[in-house]
Amino acid sequence: MSVSSSDIAYIAHLARLHLSEDESEKAADNFRNILALIDQMQAADTKGLQPLSHAIETSQPLREDKVTESNQRDTLQKLAPKSEAGLYLVPKVIE
Amino acid sequence: MTWETVIGLEVHVQLATASKLFSGSSTRFGAEPNTQANIYDLAMPGTLPVLNREALRMAIKFGLAIDAEIAMTSVFDRKNYFYPDLPKGYQTSQLDFPTVGKGSLTVTLEDGSSKTIGITRAHMEEDAGKSLHEDFHGQTGIDLNRAGTPLLEIVSEPEIRSADEAVAYLKKLHSLVRYLGISDADMSKGNMRCDANVSIRQAGDTEFGTRTEIKNINSFRFVEKAIHVEVERQIDILEDGGRIVQETRLYDSDRNETRSMRSKEVANDYRYFPEPDLLPITIDEAYIEAVRATLPELPDAKRERFMSEYKLSEYDALVLAAERETADFYEAVVAECGDAKLSANWVSVDLQAYLNQEEIDIDDSPVSPVQLGGLIKKIIDGTLSSKTAKTAFALMLAGEGDADTVINNNDLAQNSDMEANTNIVVSVLKNHPDQVEQYKSGNTKVISFFVGQVMKETKGKANPQQVNEILKDELSK
Amino acid sequence: MFELGIADLARGLEAGDFSSEELTSAYLARIKEKDSVLNSYITCCEEPALQQAKAADAARASGKATGLSGVPIAHKDIFCTDGIRTTCGSRMLETFIAPYNATVVEKFNQAGMVTLGKTNMDEFAMGSSNETSYFGAVHNPWDLERVPGGSSGGSAAAVAAHLAPGATATDTGGSIRQPAAFCGLTGLKPTYGRVSRWGMIAFASSLDQAGTMTRNAEDSALMLNIMAGHDAKDSTSIDIATEDYTANLDKPLDGLRIGIPKEHFAEGLKPEVEQKIREALTEFEKLGATIREISLPNNGLSVPAYYVIAPAEASANLSRYDGVRYGYRCDDPKDLEDMYKRSRSEGFGAEVKRRIMVGTYALSAGYYDAYYIKAQKIRRLIKNDFDKAFQEVDLIMGPTSPHTAFKIGAQNNDPVTMYLEDIYTIAVNLAGLPGISIPAGLVENLPVGLHIVGKSFAEAQLLNVAHKFQQQTDWHTHTPGI
Repeated sequence: MSVSSSDIAYIAHLARLHLSEDESEKAADNFRNILALIDQMQAADTKGLQPLSHAIETSQPLREDKVTESNQRDTLQKLAPKSEAGLYLVPKVIE
Repeated sequence: MTWETVIGLEVHVQLATASKLFSGSSTRFGAEPNTQANIYDLAMPGTLPVLNREALRMAIKFGLAIDAEIAMTSVFDRKNYFYPDLPKGYQTSQLDFPTVGKGSLTVTLEDGSSKTIGITRAHMEEDAGKSLHEDFHGQTGIDLNRAGTPLLEIVSEPEIRSADEAVAYLKKLHSLVRYLGISDADMSKGNMRCDANVSIRQAGDTEFGTRTEIKNINSFRFVEKAIHVEVERQIDILEDGGRIVQETRLYDSDRNETRSMRSKEVANDYRYFPEPDLLPITIDEAYIEAVRATLPELPDAKRERFMSEYKLSEYDALVLAAERETADFYEAVVAECGDAKLSANWVSVDLQAYLNQEEIDIDDSPVSPVQLGGLIKKIIDGTLSSKTAKTAFALMLAGEGDADTVINNNDLAQNSDMEANTNIVVSVLKNHPDQVEQYKSGNTKVISFFVGQVMKETKGKANPQQVNEILKDELSK
Repeated sequence: MFELGIADLARGLEAGDFSSEELTSAYLARIKEKDSVLNSYITCCEEPALQQAKAADAARASGKATGLSGVPIAHKDIFCTDGIRTTCGSRMLETFIAPYNATVVEKFNQAGMVTLGKTNMDEFAMGSSNETSYFGAVHNPWDLERVPGGSSGGSAAAVAAHLAPGATATDTGGSIRQPAAFCGLTGLKPTYGRVSRWGMIAFASSLDQAGTMTRNAEDSALMLNIMAGHDAKDSTSIDIATEDYTANLDKPLDGLRIGIPKEHFAEGLKPEVEQKIREALTEFEKLGATIREISLPNNGLSVPAYYVIAPAEASANLSRYDGVRYGYRCDDPKDLEDMYKRSRSEGFGAEVKRRIMVGTYALSAGYYDAYYIKAQKIRRLIKNDFDKAFQEVDLIMGPTSPHTAFKIGAQNNDPVTMYLEDIYTIAVNLAGLPGISIPAGLVENLPVGLHIVGKSFAEAQLLNVAHKFQQQTDWHTHTPGI
């Protein structure tokens, strides 16, 4: 499968990455090589096989419905680039 | 041209667990911002989810209540998108293998007819946080207390044909999840939210028209209004020869209109894939049966029972069984006083009128079921007339005490003293020989005159039923 | 004492030959002296390390010391360490002070072990050479112009250069075993689910597994005894009892059936490396094992499938780095979109961005079935290959890498060349199996690694086999002499 520069732009947007023109071009080149690698899969006969998400095939464990956490806002919010009044601040979200 | 409305509803119900879907943070409503967001909820590097046992049990309980297929294996997926109130950059949800599959819900419509609406699926997912748009120097504040709260998303088939049906469906869902004890379903707190997919087509068409999705409608009334205005908007467009654009729209209750949410329209490519931090959930028949054994009597079954056990009319049974709290209250009143019919009237008419007027829940009623039953007993034993009973009830609601107390303190008891009442009757008859003559010559209606006279003598306190009996006795002598 | 491994240091501490404080101070001094040329540590934990050492000495004085108490180790900077900077080799987390301990770290702390520092790594563990680290490339102590391998290159270089007696590491596609091979160490990747992932910063959740980087198998067994075990905080951690991994180290290998996959001895394998591997296999025959050729027919598909699955999972795992709650945020974002895009573009390096792009692409509308689902089906094929092989043999052996450590910068032109580095190791992660790389010789004074793969939860057997080999040979005792 081939990749156009608009594909690259679309993927970069989905991933919220900004690529300069130079980076885009390089990304497209790399992409083509990587796709050539992963396209080798297409030759494999996988008819009738169930996809395998995990090597271990056990069941999801369950947790008791108990509140185990206490308020750690002050400690955790020290890690934030921007906060005020207990809130994380981001540039204005326009709905 | 006749248009047919086609509606499918996606209802998010917040599951009433103590802790979040994947972390041990509290789900309590109304806490200070970000005080209930732990390292997992904040998506700190290296943190991992573990599924809340109770959320799974609640989802399955719901599935059993709508007679749905329960998946023996269900899978969580990541739904990827960037938004500041979504800390991980993906929402953990279920796409291809939801826990609850196809089921249905039967609703009763205004005209008394019933309709069964298919439910496509119900799946567990995490709620997002909240964006606070008030001004922080031109920035938005993010509160992640709600992030990770468990939701059950219940998706209906597009089988709803009017706003009224939509509201009936929602009310039934509301009643059901509350019966099951799996959600408070309080729309004002946002723990029941509704998105409506609305389209129209010409009557008789088999293809669906292009639909729009109206997001986040937060009351039953708004559901009705939002659907109405959206249907009208779509009819106007089509009748003008235009085309409906498939999009997400927001209902603005102030203006009573829907408007396009263009900002959310950009590239909805959610890139779902199985959540690798969680394993498939597998359950067995024994587990399902154990959950089934905890199912309470559901509204429909309760209504049937009220009709057969208490001989209630279908209408009374429907009203009393609609909410679990009302039904429980009613049955407690019956247990106290033994009269199902009188209890039904007092709960669904007198008490309900008061609760509506004061806008309080039946659980917060100032008169307990035992107290109301006590009041009804006083009617049955003749201490109160239907009129004095209402006076007594008003006093009880005002907090003046139980039936005995308000009767004593306010001198409300009827006089049922046989001897005293007989004496009064005898003296009344003695003083009105003409009327006695009239009665004896066949004018039995005059008896009400005597009753009136006795009541006048006793200031209304004589037991009218008893007075009637004494009068008949004396007059036949 | 820098020549001593973990087991020997524990014995020395017990015998009172030295205190933990002396030992720790000596290591800290050596790191200061030597690491400027290697760059194997991102953060050195002098203060907290000395405190831990003193506590361990006090515990020993009061008779409360157990096992490895007081022995210093290093942690790969992918494990969260409470109150200590945890960068994952990225500018994104350059100043991130983790607010909690990874379960692995917690367990070593509980055991009284001392944390010397946090080791360098490829950014978010994405790389096979340690060149993608925001904190600079790590140099191989055997030849400073060469890479130590990756992504656990810092752990490998530090242990090989005696800047730590042992270290934690992680392996998603070969990130423990390949650097162990390049640096002449014993590198164990346990079965997926054997060691908790809580607090281990995720690259590809269904493949990541924590393990050990040590000088020999006995040290690895000692570390695994502490690390392994079920953790209720990690849903993918398996609730199967652990064992004493040192108990069967000396078990004879008579009758052991070893399979050598023909696909691992095919084109691309350097003849000198092959020769060393064949010699090692002869040693096993001497120890009583039988060797037969087997086939893993779909091995060639493991790299393509991996480069769909790992980037797909990574693309979502790395979405949380958005500049909102922690980590890097760009200066003066003009709006939300700008904040996301610039924070992520400035905070992530080229390889990380590349993998996020590939993963995003593989999951995007229209490509999901062709790429992601196809890769998951191939993953099953690969697992089936191993299941079949393990019906005939007890262990699978081959080279860890087709060659020895390459020069820094030599493979930077095309990412695909680098991706093919892990051709022998990646299938093991896809199948969730345990694997170990042990030193099997030197080629032009550069170490060669022998790769041993076992059945699920066969860690004790892998360590037994590795230990017996190390009793028979002395490759693991060779040091770069730095």
